[in-house]
Amino acid sequence: MAQAAAKKKRPKYLNLRALLFEIRLPLPGWVSILHRVSGALLFAATLWLLFMLDRSLASEQGFAQIQHYAALPLVKVSLLVIVWAFCHHLCAGTRFLLLDLHWGIEKAASWRSSVAVLAVSLALTAFFGWKLW
Amino acid sequence: MVKRIVVGAHYGLRDWLAQRISGVLIAVYVFAILVALPGGRPLTYAAWRGFFEQGWVRVSTLVFAASLAWHMWVGIRDILMDYVQPVGLRLALHTVVLLTILAYLAWAIHILWR
Repeated sequence: MAQAAAKKKRPKYLNLRALLFEIRLPLPGWVSILHRVSGALLFAATLWLLFMLDRSLASEQGFAQIQHYAALPLVKVSLLVIVWAFCHHLCAGTRFLLLDLHWGIEKAASWRSSVAVLAVSLALTAFFGWKLW
Repeated sequence: MVKRIVVGAHYGLRDWLAQRISGVLIAVYVFAILVALPGGRPLTYAAWRGFFEQGWVRVSTLVFAASLAWHMWVGIRDILMDYVQPVGLRLALHTVVLLTILAYLAWAIHILWR
């Protein structure tokens, strides 16, 4: 079994040029890869978010510092990226749960739900961005 | 139809299930906390600190942090299994990620019960 799999040479097509210019992901593929990217981003961002929560709860001065810090444009934009990552991860995750329940697994329905995931997560990000600013 | 007898090593079902259950818990917590956060503007330090000192906020945040830790572990582990092929490097990265997640969890507990 393992030998048969090893003998069969499959065409590998994963160089940078192919990834960037030749492989065209269908929309559900984009939702899926962005689910991974947003998840990895949220994992890394947890360090920063914990830092801010820690400082803001530690003391009156820390709270004032974080309020000032969170008002800086670069910090706000970074927070907005994290908000998008969370919203996308949540919407795509909900879609995957529904797919697990065999809801919307036909091609047309899965394409529509992919559009919905991208649109709803962007709309939610815009809403929270508006709240944030 | 292949009949698999699931004995010995588990087939990843536990992690698959944990990923979904923890995902739902995370979503429920975030919705609840967004609704419950003190809405007073401008937000004062006393209100902010008082909010996180409530018993139910501490307990639910700890459950959330534990769910998040497990969810992160399964997710990052899956990504590394897909893209990092050399066994030694993958083992090293898995270890770093696991320790990072444990540190996150310990830090969250430290923040909550300061």
